[in-house]
Amino acid sequence: MADLRCTIGGIRSPNPFWLASAPPTDKEYNVRRALEAGWGGVVWKTLGEDPPVVNVSSRYGAVSYNGQRMAGLNNIELITDRPLATNLAEIKRVKRDFPDRAMVVSLMVPCVEASWKAILPLVEQTGCDGIELNFGCPHGMSERNMGAAVGQVPDYVEMVTRWCKQNTRMPVIVKLTPNITNILMPARAALAGGADAVSLINTVQSVTGVDLDAMTPLPAVDGQGTHGGYCGPAVKPIALRMLGDIARDPVMRGLPISGMGGVSGWRDAAEFIAMGASGVQVCTAAMHHGFRIVTEMIDGLSHWMDGKGHASLESFRGLANRNYVQWGELNINFKTIAKIDPSLCIGCGKCYIACEDTSHQSIAKLPGRVYEVIDAECVGCNLCAHVCPVDDCITMVPQAATGPKLTWGEHPNNPHRSAAETVS
Amino acid sequence: MGETIQAPGLRIACGRLDAGTLAANFADAHPPLSDSQARIEADRCYYCYDAPCIEACPTGIDIPSFIAKIADGNLRGSAETILSANIFGGACARVCPTEILCEQACVRTAQESKPVTIGLLQRHATDFLMHRGLHPFARAPETGRHVAVVGAGPAGLSCAHRLAMLGHRVTVYEARPKAGGLNEYGVAAYKLAGDFAQDELDFILRIGGITILHDRRLGRDVTLASLRATHDAVFLGLGHQAVRVLSLSPEPLAGVMDAVGFIEGLRQTAKSGVAVGARVVVVGGGNTAIDAAMQAKRLGASEVTIAYRRGAEHMSATGFEQDWARRSGIRIRTWCAPKALLGEGGSVSAILFEDGGDGPLVEPADMVLLAVGQLFDATPLQEGLAPAIAQGRIVVDAHGLTSLPMVYAGGDCTPGTDLTVSAVQDGKVAALSIHAALTGSV
Repeated sequence: MADLRCTIGGIRSPNPFWLASAPPTDKEYNVRRALEAGWGGVVWKTLGEDPPVVNVSSRYGAVSYNGQRMAGLNNIELITDRPLATNLAEIKRVKRDFPDRAMVVSLMVPCVEASWKAILPLVEQTGCDGIELNFGCPHGMSERNMGAAVGQVPDYVEMVTRWCKQNTRMPVIVKLTPNITNILMPARAALAGGADAVSLINTVQSVTGVDLDAMTPLPAVDGQGTHGGYCGPAVKPIALRMLGDIARDPVMRGLPISGMGGVSGWRDAAEFIAMGASGVQVCTAAMHHGFRIVTEMIDGLSHWMDGKGHASLESFRGLANRNYVQWGELNINFKTIAKIDPSLCIGCGKCYIACEDTSHQSIAKLPGRVYEVIDAECVGCNLCAHVCPVDDCITMVPQAATGPKLTWGEHPNNPHRSAAETVS
Repeated sequence: MGETIQAPGLRIACGRLDAGTLAANFADAHPPLSDSQARIEADRCYYCYDAPCIEACPTGIDIPSFIAKIADGNLRGSAETILSANIFGGACARVCPTEILCEQACVRTAQESKPVTIGLLQRHATDFLMHRGLHPFARAPETGRHVAVVGAGPAGLSCAHRLAMLGHRVTVYEARPKAGGLNEYGVAAYKLAGDFAQDELDFILRIGGITILHDRRLGRDVTLASLRATHDAVFLGLGHQAVRVLSLSPEPLAGVMDAVGFIEGLRQTAKSGVAVGARVVVVGGGNTAIDAAMQAKRLGASEVTIAYRRGAEHMSATGFEQDWARRSGIRIRTWCAPKALLGEGGSVSAILFEDGGDGPLVEPADMVLLAVGQLFDATPLQEGLAPAIAQGRIVVDAHGLTSLPMVYAGGDCTPGTDLTVSAVQDGKVAALSIHAALTGSV
């Protein structure tokens, strides 16, 4: 049985599945239920200064796609709306009763050192394992110069991280906002400020839809809407990319990453870890299915690791990141060609029309709804395989190499190729 | 209740079941989808390119398009897509043997033996429009042309509707007191539950420009020659007016009747007033045999047997219908050709088979329904110049034109499959041909 234990910035947990700082971790009742269900840790919903913030109703917008509910979820809820003392007392009780689980406390106070100096000792007294700096919340708090308003300015990220490191012995995780052009800037700033780990991604600024009867952007509050933070399965590709960028960055190398953004099952978790994360955080999946979903995640990851011979998370962590390169490093001489298995084809014609209308006209339609790839025309783009509703009916077959690996940097068509590369 | 019936004459009785049971037995056999069921089902459609389901539909409904519109929440648009190809989209959604048409062709049948339920989705969309009393089409400006349609069944009304839409004036000559043809008189009651046939008729006539004259029988009240003289074109949608006769006893026996007449009576009478035997044998292997057997059972017959002279694979009733009958407690006996009917006091008491096949040679019965085929009867056309007839049907070309100029025909009186949906297509094709001929647009 695979060992699922995980350590991030010195914080240990029995498995890599933490609940992210969000509505499910707002209070003792929920968190106890989560830990009893088997979650490896929680990041307690963000604490702020008293008096607490006030939330609105409603708070969520969701995107259904082809009948799949919550393919994406958007929220406009703010940080905890309960008094600081209440939260601190609850955190202390829960940590005492679940000593083996990771208890991380998310924090967001105004961008002045005094505010951070004041809250850190209070949090430390709970016995929690670490703190996570909420530099990502994209709505409400950012308008008050907190959350993403800090996370989008690398200098502030570094400054606040440093204040925290100077004023507490607890490990500091810096949570990054994806609402920025280059994720490496705040990530490197966190590192410079002394962060023990970074976590990403926070939610993506979004409007989930428009009520066409009321003409209200969604989610709606009394006939008006505002942008919120988008999460759930829809944002996973964005998260994987940003996580991959940080994990492969030579400057960031070695800084632990807590990955999140659309982790819905064990496979997502394995992908995040393969891309360089040390553990993952989950929210939408728990909000969609309840806390017991973690048992499926643990079981699935464990079986997959056993099947692959991975004894621990470290045995496969970052393996995919090694193959995550810049476009310019890809081999232009590599070619695949689509192959349609006629025995599996159901004759829907989706591959044909996709290729005919929007790609390279490399699928022939023969009498009797028989579809055949025209090898000479196929560029190996994959579109047909993606639109085909039958598993394994269309496969991409690698072709015999026509020459050694050739990158754009070396390509004759590249006006900027270096002389050295041309020679090689 | 069988034990209370002693005298031979009482073996056939009305009211074997209480009113509530009868109502339930003849209610909608396949209830409609709810909105959420329809959305879920619509999402299963792959929106195929060159979709095989369209090809399998005799009226060529753009099925992926109407289903995509359901998935998109555009039910009105969906219904228009259906009805523009098939104005009887509502009836066809209920009576089409989809299992041998669109749903058999559905790629999900190939993929997982579970097609998208196209028929139910079609009903969902058309019901939406019809329940709101909406008619999606408007008539083109009056052309001043006047077309006679003989027969107010699916073929005739489909033709009439399309002609009216194109601006022509249409008079429909119908022999019976009600319009609708087999939808009104022939289809099993639980397939077109309630008064659907008349509701759909009202919906179709809302286009305007169509007058139906009832009790006008061709050959009796009107002749083809007179219609040709007074109209710019004639469409013959005569259907089947005769049943094949199977003479199995030297003298008539009470309790023996043709299945078509049995079903017709059942459609036009309160179910509590329809007499049925306790032991019913239906002779035949088509959908009429199934419909008669199913309805006999639903009227309260305790034993219903379908006797077919050949194997199950030769039955023209679809596999779906056969299975449904078996699940309903009906015995289907194959390879048993009837030889004679046995009587007792003037009433039928049993049927004797030439070969018992999978059962006894003598099957006791107090009611025998003959469903051995329906025929086109050309007699009404005999007077004067008649269109060419071959193999018992009116000869037509691909445009529905008979051997006579400006005389068109379609539906069961012409060659082809005897399906409602095919009749609708025939009527539509003929209407377009008539329009082209009248306006010189070809």
